[in-house]
Amino acid sequence: MKKTLGILGLLIVVVAITAMGNPKSFLSPYNLENLTKWTSLFGIISIGVSFVIITGGIDLSIGSVVGLTGCLLAMLVSDWGVPAVLAVPIVLVISLILGLCHGLLIAKLKLQPFIVTLCGLLLYRGISRFMSGDDTQGFGNEHQTLRMLANGKIPIPFTDGFDLPIPAIMLIVLAVVAAIFLNKTIYGRYLLALGRNEQAARYSGINTDVMVILSYVICSMAAGLGGVLFALDLNSVQPASMGEFYELYAIAAAVLGGCSLRGGEGTIFGVLIGTAVIQVLRNSISILGIPSQLNFAIIGSVLLIGVAVDEIVKRMAARRRRTMRVQA
Amino acid sequence: MTEIESSPLLEARGITKQFPGVLALHNVGMSLRAGEILAVMGENGAGKSTLMKILAGVQTPDEGQLFVDGRPVTIDSVEDALEEGVALIHQELNLADNLDVASNIFLGREPRSQGLIDDRECRRRASDYLKQVGLDLSPKRIVGTLSIGQQQMVEIAKALSVNARVLIMDEPTSSLSQSETEALFRVVHDLRQRGVGIVYISHRLAEVSQIADRVVVLRDGENAGELAREEIAHDRMVKLMVGRDISGFYVHLPHEPGAVVLEARDLVVPEHPTHPVSFSLRAGEIVGMAGLIGAGRTELLRVLFGVTRPLGGTISSSGRPVTFREPFDAIKQGIALVPEDRKLEGLVLEMSVRENVGLAGLFQHRGPWGWRNGVRERDDTTRMVERLNIKTPTQHQIVQLLSGGNQQKVVLGKWLALGPKVLLLDEPTRGIDVGAKQEIYRLMEELAQQGVAILFVSSDLEEILSMSDRTLVMHEGAITGELAREELNEEAVMRLATGATAELTYSQ
Repeated sequence: MKKTLGILGLLIVVVAITAMGNPKSFLSPYNLENLTKWTSLFGIISIGVSFVIITGGIDLSIGSVVGLTGCLLAMLVSDWGVPAVLAVPIVLVISLILGLCHGLLIAKLKLQPFIVTLCGLLLYRGISRFMSGDDTQGFGNEHQTLRMLANGKIPIPFTDGFDLPIPAIMLIVLAVVAAIFLNKTIYGRYLLALGRNEQAARYSGINTDVMVILSYVICSMAAGLGGVLFALDLNSVQPASMGEFYELYAIAAAVLGGCSLRGGEGTIFGVLIGTAVIQVLRNSISILGIPSQLNFAIIGSVLLIGVAVDEIVKRMAARRRRTMRVQA
Repeated sequence: MTEIESSPLLEARGITKQFPGVLALHNVGMSLRAGEILAVMGENGAGKSTLMKILAGVQTPDEGQLFVDGRPVTIDSVEDALEEGVALIHQELNLADNLDVASNIFLGREPRSQGLIDDRECRRRASDYLKQVGLDLSPKRIVGTLSIGQQQMVEIAKALSVNARVLIMDEPTSSLSQSETEALFRVVHDLRQRGVGIVYISHRLAEVSQIADRVVVLRDGENAGELAREEIAHDRMVKLMVGRDISGFYVHLPHEPGAVVLEARDLVVPEHPTHPVSFSLRAGEIVGMAGLIGAGRTELLRVLFGVTRPLGGTISSSGRPVTFREPFDAIKQGIALVPEDRKLEGLVLEMSVRENVGLAGLFQHRGPWGWRNGVRERDDTTRMVERLNIKTPTQHQIVQLLSGGNQQKVVLGKWLALGPKVLLLDEPTRGIDVGAKQEIYRLMEELAQQGVAILFVSSDLEEILSMSDRTLVMHEGAITGELAREELNEEAVMRLATGATAELTYSQ
């Protein structure tokens, strides 16, 4: 909880600095809407990867899954004329199968998550490019209803033009479900326990293999849903680049939000805030006129400072606790 | 060094060490003469380890003075200690598994020629030290392939290679078999003959009475007393350690075994495929399982609990044949396992007492949609903390911060909350203090009275002899015999445990 407060503080600082630097652009309804939408899209894939990270694993294939599902959706709908109501489930089932494969290879064949998902990263990117002949895919002017999923908005009264993007609603629903799953069901506890000590979890009657597989399925499905929404929003899918580095944004958000790569630690709320920090940073770079070449450098620095400060605060707190105990 | 030296080889006076929140040592003194085996005893938390770490330079005292040969010395680091000839052998061995014996002995001090490691010289000198500890093996052997007992000897050889005059051994036998222990004792005696002073820490009373020339007992960070060779006796040591009389350390009442609740027939344990095992376990009886380390006892328990799958044979639970694919299946049949290594297999160390106690029962008490029953978790923990006398400030305490005995009780609590029919215990009292040990013996007795079938593996012969109604003895994967309580004695167990023709594992 304290960790989440810290990152919340960081978010407030970043927002405040950007808002003060260029209040007119930053606080405009258009910018805030966009920011909310991007945070929502990235939030979905970040929540997905946080489940994998909680088990002590990692998923590097997210960006390629986003690219593949985005590409596939556009082709299904535009080239092959598959009805939208069918195309979206098909794409989600495909991402489920990808996650299942990752999980089976990791849990049953005992391959390392890094390697399995790195291969996924390469494989799915190649498939997307080959499948599409590297041509840009999109929906043209058709399928406006389907595209509403990503760029639809719900007007909010008394906000002077700010409309809530539909993805934000999806994110909130997903986050609530994810948080309940993690904190209130036995399966959430299983994930946290096996992330700390898989052996002990198994010896306590937990089917750890099934739980690990489940976490990769959740992650890939979240990436698949993300891919669908990104594609619908952009309406222009570059098979070679769509989703590139998204896994790193997602992992960074999860870590910034309090997930430990050692496993067993993390909260959904923290991950949301972590995602928001990264998106606000990206936004502020363009708004404050910082050269966009510095994009990665700034995100990297903030992330590094964030985790370093967190570690330092943790140590100081531990030291204070110890001295307090001595005085007691 | 002469025998009639007046000043002790190593002496500590007025040692005080304060840790945040705890006074670990308060004005503690001890002395060690050359050619003496001094046992340091005490319950967990009594300050033994801290004192040893101070002697070996791992920690520095807040107050007090150390003397070597009567000369005041300052030992601020492990290097300082080694310079004074004081070497510590940790309970958990500090060897690099992937390197060979010679490289381990000279790690960091490799003999060199022209800047490169002189492997030949390294091995030549290593085999010299190996001979001194009676270890007949090639210095080229990879340490990871050695038995724990042999690794211990390598540690001792390493200490000898730095000319240690004082050897501090922290529970050296905690994971050794009987024969390995005997071999260790021979080496220790041999070192004593050569004038090395040995500080020996152990929880095992029988062992200490066998080997020690003198016993120093610590209690709550202070000197509780000292026993000379002729005064060393079981009950006196216990009394000094716990500060009160413990009558009936082991509790054992006659049991009336009920129906067979667990039966193995021709069960083939993967690690020992040539020796199928058969045995049965009745409700309300305590069955001991003796054997040397590596006899296959832990492996057998793992199969009985569904951790590993058997290659053949059958397991029956209350008369019905069952197949265990996962521990989950065994738990459903009312079987519980308290594993050998509680930190690795028994506990999620970074989780709280409540989360650990509740872990195994989550599934059984789940609500619709897998909803976690938090109330049940809390109430079960409250019950277990009370019943097992788990010393913890709150249920939210991280298990890592509890003492070994209390950690073990948390593991037990996790299973007792489920009300098991069969309790498999693998070295249930290893590395825990006398008080907690006794509580676990009481608990075993109490559970047996309530009809729980208990199968416990132990390398502590005294424990086997005192607690079991009957004893199964294993050797190299096979059950070599069964001893009823009347025929149970040390020799009978050892005969079966070593196999009729087997040599001591140590001399391989």
